Amino acid sequence: MLNERYLPVIATLVVFILLYGYGMVEYKGFRDTLVFTNLLTDNAFLIVTAVGMSFVIISGGIDLSVGSMIAFVGVLLAYLITGLGIHPVYAAIIALLTATFFGMMMGVIIAYFEIQPFIVTLAGLFLFRGLAYMINLNSVPIDHELLVILSEIYVPLPGRGGLTFIAMAMLALLVIGVVVAKRTRFGLNVYAVGGDVQSAALMGVPVKSTLVRIYALSGLYSGAAGITFAIYTGSAYPLAAVGVELDAIAAVVIGGTLLTGGVGFVFGAFLGALIQGIIQTLISFDGTLNSWWTKVAIGALLLMFILMQKAIVHFTRRYSGKNPASSEEPAMQKVESTQA
Amino acid sequence: MTDVNQPPLLSIEHINKRFPGVRALNDVSLTFHSGEVHALLGENGAGKSTLIKVLTGIYAKDSGDITLEGRKVHIKNSQDAQNSGIRTVYQEINLIPTMTVAENLTLLDQPRRFGMIRWRSAHSQAREMLARVGLDIDPNSLLVSHSIAVQQMVAIARALGSKARLLILDEPTASLDSDEIARLFGLMRQLKAQGMAIIFVTHFLDQVYAISDTISVLRNGSHVGTFKTRALSQTELVGHMLGKDLDMLQHEQRDITETEEKPVVLSLSQVGKTGMLKPVDLNLRQGEIVGLAGLLGSGRTELCELAYGAARSDQGSKTWLGQSLPINTPKQAIEQGMAYCPEDRKHRGIIAELSVRENLILALQSSRGWWSRIPMAEQQAVVSEFIERLSIKTSDMEKPIGELSGGNQQKVILARWLVTNPKLLILDEPTRGIDVGAHHDILNIIRELCEEGMSLLVASSEVEEIVAFAHRVVVLRDRGKVSEIVGNQISQKSIIQAIAQ
Repeated sequence: MLNERYLPVIATLVVFILLYGYGMVEYKGFRDTLVFTNLLTDNAFLIVTAVGMSFVIISGGIDLSVGSMIAFVGVLLAYLITGLGIHPVYAAIIALLTATFFGMMMGVIIAYFEIQPFIVTLAGLFLFRGLAYMINLNSVPIDHELLVILSEIYVPLPGRGGLTFIAMAMLALLVIGVVVAKRTRFGLNVYAVGGDVQSAALMGVPVKSTLVRIYALSGLYSGAAGITFAIYTGSAYPLAAVGVELDAIAAVVIGGTLLTGGVGFVFGAFLGALIQGIIQTLISFDGTLNSWWTKVAIGALLLMFILMQKAIVHFTRRYSGKNPASSEEPAMQKVESTQA
Repeated sequence: MTDVNQPPLLSIEHINKRFPGVRALNDVSLTFHSGEVHALLGENGAGKSTLIKVLTGIYAKDSGDITLEGRKVHIKNSQDAQNSGIRTVYQEINLIPTMTVAENLTLLDQPRRFGMIRWRSAHSQAREMLARVGLDIDPNSLLVSHSIAVQQMVAIARALGSKARLLILDEPTASLDSDEIARLFGLMRQLKAQGMAIIFVTHFLDQVYAISDTISVLRNGSHVGTFKTRALSQTELVGHMLGKDLDMLQHEQRDITETEEKPVVLSLSQVGKTGMLKPVDLNLRQGEIVGLAGLLGSGRTELCELAYGAARSDQGSKTWLGQSLPINTPKQAIEQGMAYCPEDRKHRGIIAELSVRENLILALQSSRGWWSRIPMAEQQAVVSEFIERLSIKTSDMEKPIGELSGGNQQKVILARWLVTNPKLLILDEPTRGIDVGAHHDILNIIRELCEEGMSLLVASSEVEEIVAFAHRVVVLRDRGKVSEIVGNQISQKSIIQAIAQ
């Protein structure tokens, strides 16, 4: 039996296959595995960010701070490794702990002071970007032999393609995200909070601590994205990753997750980010189009997906004939209020 | 059946709970036995929901003891209640609509291995839970894909969990149809046979008699009494709920002006709305007060809203002064000369931050249109006239209305509508929560308005009050009209008997 909630993510998969198929038909070079593995490598930091963002959006929230967090973590890494001479492994651990801590603090403010995530993470957006500038104003290279070793790791695949270290790290983080969402109590609590926060509380879900953990997780994942980005570019720059929070949100939504919360799949965010990447690749293969067409295409796609989700929700409710927002409902609620 | 000699499963002794200005529970003592369906009844503000919230740990009691199987228990939060085996199912379904049935049933209690949820055994656990309530649905289906009744059963299945001893059903039938109710009752009987104690809260007296073994009545936070259902007549029960001793009530003779020959202002013919009110006939004549009597949830408010157009009827037709007119929105009703003071004064009547003057002038302003400014001098003249006429006690007409007493707020709302000179005034619970003096004033105002030729439709939970002013009483029960009492036949006794029939 096909569950109706898989429909949006299946639609995303279909769009991805269609775009990829179009590329393979149009351009010879597109048929090589290199195109796919480059997609994984080039979009690794975005996918990692989007995995963390998925938890936030499934819980009904939003995290605008992730782009600034990527820049902050990059600059922090550069400072720790090049400035203080700390080994990159320890530097990465410190950076991840710092990012998780900041995420957790935003979660605490959201959960215990009951302030909208939009505002709290908007403050985070400014704060982390500012902190990045306080550490370093310029773009600096990150030099360490470990980074050279990591960049040489390469698992060749048939064709010219192959998996880089950051592609594999991204895939590992994706798998962990999928498992946490579907196979742990925390993951199910995230869905419950996003589905109906009042009911979740009455059912015994620890709403506040779940929220804190969600934003801590998003901090951790955007921190990991920051490290991925630093390895990818080999440098750190406080102005890096501006607007990535919006790309990540777009990836999550294109992946079939509802912004209203409660519905969605972490794997969908992976597909959503890949679709953004493939549009970019298609435009660069074309060669005549301005790269800004990427934004136009993503904008159109985003709009299409949101409308499609509305339509799916509408039709499934109508077919099952149990629309919770049917005409009888307001009357019932009125009756309740008089009985209170 | 309950064995009286058997020790109770749960007993509560001398429970007190105060809220600022209200004594919500006053020295309440009750016992609940295993294998018993115990109906908890009472009108609005009786303390039912407070009692349930104390039992489920949502409120902390001020004093008193809760004893479970002979041992004192301290219920400080809903987790404590759960662990004590006290489970609650509310009228609103508290499950997650966007999750599957199995996810809902096993939430927070999923079988795990090495921290990972084992979905296969979670599904078989969910299937077992569904089987206990006699449901055969796919655990992998989304909760919203099922009817409200099935969702309710799923909620019960979840509540029963592993070690439920006492199941509290808080108005579980309010949104169910009769087949679904029968199914729920079947389940309740089955659970009872298995030794579950069930507390059943409802407004439907028929259901109380269909399912319960014992009835406890609360009124104004106090325990009125606990009775064997078989030994208590419906009339006695209604008397207890309303606080009237029937034997003490006489058929007092009233002097009633004849209103039969006056023209009909508003006529409702088979007006109703599915799920809200069964079709009702009603004629309201000029200079007549029609009282709406009935228990909480009987459909009084619903009838007021349908008459006024605050809710749109889906059956029947309305006639206004002999003409068939569509009165489907409050705007149309106001244009014809209707006015409506809703029951929930705080949320739907006053705007607490605005002054007495601003609150009073609202309806006048809206009847003239927002573009025509009413000169301040005129406003002040109108306001001071009504402050005097209704003896509204306020130091200043610019005082925020929220600072006035309930009775004076109610008078301002009355004045707001009187300024527009309506032909028909609908009042829903005009005297709830106001002091004795203001109560008396408002009854006098109602009578005066009627003498001036205004028609009034007044819903009230106080039978005494309706008897005091109504020319005609429409008695409602279970969301439908059951009888109409006219003129000299009106008495507290006749109304209570009509409610209890």
